[in-house]
Amino acid sequence: MSAITTGATSARTLRWRTPWLFLLPFLVLFVAIYVAPILFAFTQSLFTLQRDGLGLTAPTLAFDPFANYARVFGDAEFQASLGRVLLFGIVQVPIMLGLALLIALLIDSKSARGRGFFRMASFLPFAIPGVVAAVMWSFLYSPVTSPINGFLESAFGFSIPFFSDGLALWSVANVVTWVWTGYNMLIIYSALQTIPAETLEAAKIDGASATRIAWSIKIPMVRPALILTTVFSIIGSAQLFNEPTVLKSISGGAITSTYTPLMAAQSSVAAQNYPYAAAQSVVLAVLVGVASFVFFKLTSRGEQ
Amino acid sequence: MTPTLASATRPPRNDRASDAPGRGRAQRDTTLGSRIGVMSVLVLATIYFLLPIWWLIVASTKPAGRQFSGNGLWFEGFGLFENIALVFEVNDGVFGQWMLNSVFYAGTSALIGTVISAMAGYAIAKYEFRGRGVVFGIILAAVLIPKIMFTLPLFLMFNQVGLLNTPIAMLLPSIVSPFGVYLARVFAAQSVPDELIEAGRLDGAGEFRVFRSVSMRIMAPALVTIFLFQFVEVWNNYLLPAMVLNDTSLQPVVVGLVGWSGSNGVVPAGTVVVGAFLSVIPLLIAFLFLQRFWRAGLTAGAIK
Repeated sequence: MSAITTGATSARTLRWRTPWLFLLPFLVLFVAIYVAPILFAFTQSLFTLQRDGLGLTAPTLAFDPFANYARVFGDAEFQASLGRVLLFGIVQVPIMLGLALLIALLIDSKSARGRGFFRMASFLPFAIPGVVAAVMWSFLYSPVTSPINGFLESAFGFSIPFFSDGLALWSVANVVTWVWTGYNMLIIYSALQTIPAETLEAAKIDGASATRIAWSIKIPMVRPALILTTVFSIIGSAQLFNEPTVLKSISGGAITSTYTPLMAAQSSVAAQNYPYAAAQSVVLAVLVGVASFVFFKLTSRGEQ
Repeated sequence: MTPTLASATRPPRNDRASDAPGRGRAQRDTTLGSRIGVMSVLVLATIYFLLPIWWLIVASTKPAGRQFSGNGLWFEGFGLFENIALVFEVNDGVFGQWMLNSVFYAGTSALIGTVISAMAGYAIAKYEFRGRGVVFGIILAAVLIPKIMFTLPLFLMFNQVGLLNTPIAMLLPSIVSPFGVYLARVFAAQSVPDELIEAGRLDGAGEFRVFRSVSMRIMAPALVTIFLFQFVEVWNNYLLPAMVLNDTSLQPVVVGLVGWSGSNGVVPAGTVVVGAFLSVIPLLIAFLFLQRFWRAGLTAGAIK
């Protein structure tokens, strides 16, 4: 009797334990790589570096929980970088996703030939690492080597100042658009493939034109994919780092070392002011976290 | 997330099926005007996506030092092999070391990461246990916040514990992939039948044995997708190795290339162009030959 009970209990314990054993390696690493650094950075952000007047001894840390955060919110460069990525997101994300949607609809349309080729061609830039794409575009932009300007000058007698104050941000945006449009296009295209053929057939029998079907049936039905790609593109804008970092060296000063929030935090690391870099990272993580949460809520409400 | 899960479970309209019967009909359905309109937009988009890559290929084949001369879009002399040799000569062949490092970091972390993600995703998909919802919620939240956000805090933590400048500092964060767990969960829920797991248990196999010899096999194509996404993500990661690996001989190729490109001519621009070309070849091949695995991942709600 008692043996049976023990057997049953241990079987139940085993069942209860199994999924956690499967999850264990992931959870341990997750805590070490995601949770611990954030807690560590948060703790570090509560201290400030105290240097003595002559800078002869190593700086010491003093507990001063608000000093770094006060400095972050008063840091004009950091705020400018936040404003810059906000502007970037507002302009670049709709252009990129509009382009992705247009290409997805065209490839999906009956008039298209060579679907596989066009899909592949627009996805190919995604195979190129972001920084390598930026290195490549830096040659296409560079005042010295640009084949684009070489062509424009010989054919039309003008050139594009890719790194003028007004254009630099959009030169960066072009690299991002070039890399990510095909990726977003494929997500939208995959969603288009799930629209039942009967729905489209019915609309056609009712006499709807291809444009009308695209506008009134296809686009509303891929709305979840559009929301998803929008959310991730906006979050992607907030973490802008690779492209401006690479283009900085040939931008003639138009792109500074604090051009985006992440670059600003990185330059604090380079200046060895770790507590301040930690505070900047925490602020940035919180901003992105809040934005994600809000979008996630909006998305799931839209779905009900 | 919900939207993508829904679209993943809806059977996609088969591309070829909608192509084949549509072909004859399409001829009648579509006007010449609409075909010309659609195709010209698609061709324009393709030119935008492929021209920079074409330029990179053409420039790499031009004789050393003449990467930027002549027509940017057409061949002029042939020096590809000589160029490749030059790339491997700079700084005592450090480029070869960088490529090997990239293969090592991306291959090792994608391999270990895929197994860990598969276990975790499988547990969430196939076991009922208390805390399942919470664990999955945390994973989704982690998918939403880009990894790059955790890089600076990781640097600060590794600095404290003395892990900087070791391969571990690159590998540990690369192994953890919440997106991989998410994909594994979707694929396990879709493809592994509960009956098969039950049958394995009745045969007396332990839970881990069932996972290894039944579920893993069925999930194999999905695991290729997870591996591929993670491999490319690690190969393309710039900020993490740029921060945690100072030693040139430990760096992956993307960090090395950016260093060359920002060297203000110490390494000739032509050599950087050829290096960029060489560094993307493995990924271009992976893309062209493993297309269906990419699409599988994107259909399931590709995020990163």
